[in-house]
Amino acid sequence: MINKVDARGLSCPQPVVLTRNKMKELGRGTFEVIVDTGTSRDNISRLAEHEGWKIECKEEGDEFILTLKK
Amino acid sequence: MSKFFTTRKGIVIVGSIIGVFASILQRLGNPKNMGICVACMERDIAGALGFHRAAVVQYMRPEIIGFVLGAFIAALLFKEYKPRGGSSPIARFILGFFAMTGSLVFLGCPWRAMLRLAGGDGNAILGILGLVVGVWIGVLFIKSGYSLGRNHKSNTFAGLLFPVTMIAFLLLLLFRPKLPTGGLFFSESGPGAQYAPVLISLSIAIIIGFLAQRTRFCTMGAFRDIILIRDTHLISGVIALIAGAFITNLVFRQFQPGITGQPIAHSNHLWNFGGMVLAGLAFALAGGCPGRQLFMSGEGDGDAAIFVLGMLAGAAFAHNFAMASAPTGPSVWGPASVIIGIIVCLGIGFGMRQTA
Repeated sequence: MINKVDARGLSCPQPVVLTRNKMKELGRGTFEVIVDTGTSRDNISRLAEHEGWKIECKEEGDEFILTLKK
Repeated sequence: MSKFFTTRKGIVIVGSIIGVFASILQRLGNPKNMGICVACMERDIAGALGFHRAAVVQYMRPEIIGFVLGAFIAALLFKEYKPRGGSSPIARFILGFFAMTGSLVFLGCPWRAMLRLAGGDGNAILGILGLVVGVWIGVLFIKSGYSLGRNHKSNTFAGLLFPVTMIAFLLLLLFRPKLPTGGLFFSESGPGAQYAPVLISLSIAIIIGFLAQRTRFCTMGAFRDIILIRDTHLISGVIALIAGAFITNLVFRQFQPGITGQPIAHSNHLWNFGGMVLAGLAFALAGGCPGRQLFMSGEGDGDAAIFVLGMLAGAAFAHNFAMASAPTGPSVWGPASVIIGIIVCLGIGFGMRQTA
């Protein structure tokens, strides 16, 4: 069961905060973040780069599924 | 191209373009150090619509209209037009209300605080310090689980309503219908009577709205991201804005350093600071500076649009109830309105934490 963060519909900066909390909780590993705006996608991508996590982005309909790995 | 806007180079270039444009708008007729001020311009719109009776600040500012329409166009082109809403609308309205009243005690929103600094107004420093403190308090709430809750998708039409409202405002400005009740109000003197040519203002604002939607430019997020996640991406855009405006001001001889006698400003340090603490807190709790709220409104975000309407209402109250400052200093109810606003915002911050 893959770790998931559902950040759909949340205002800036909550998607980033939830993602960062998950990074801290896991330390390393793989998890997914679901967001529904380009802004959240961009912000989380920047956070991932900053914190040394690899990120892959998949667009599904109106949503983005971000897979983060470290 | 789409990726370029999310890079540091992208936001620095866009920030400097905004700064240069702001300075040019001042040169072309906008009030001093107010090439762009989202709060002041929305306040002028509230006046033009007759919501308040401060005769010197009434004008249907095309910059606000252009910001929304520019962001709307960018969102459509880049498939980011996503109608949404329903995340604590009344809380957002109240936050918008007090963001405006706080800004009007300082006499400017974060955008104008930067432009005042770039124009040499030393009072801006206290305002920016207040902004940072307000944002910092907001970050404490965000860290402790504050949330206005999730929004929900709404249908395409709902997202169009705010941009269409802006088009209606534009038509009123362009055609200025004369009605038995007067129609739009236009200042005959004061800041409201100072404006750049309509089509130039509108065009520049559409370009800024477009670029800001792409880069997610946000003058509050700039400080929030440093405090919250040590991210300097947005602040580099804001610094570029100040630099762009500063250099252009030098070229146009619009740079006049000093503390006293600055244009549309007062030197009451306590309430310059206090007003912006309130504004910074309200913007942080609402997730965006006043410009960003306009750009998100253009993307179809109904919650951001509600915040903007809250700002319009706040502007009307601020001038009707002696809360907005004058160049001579704070008005009778200005300090009290800041204190009440901070108490209300703290209430929202404490009350809307998700403990689960």
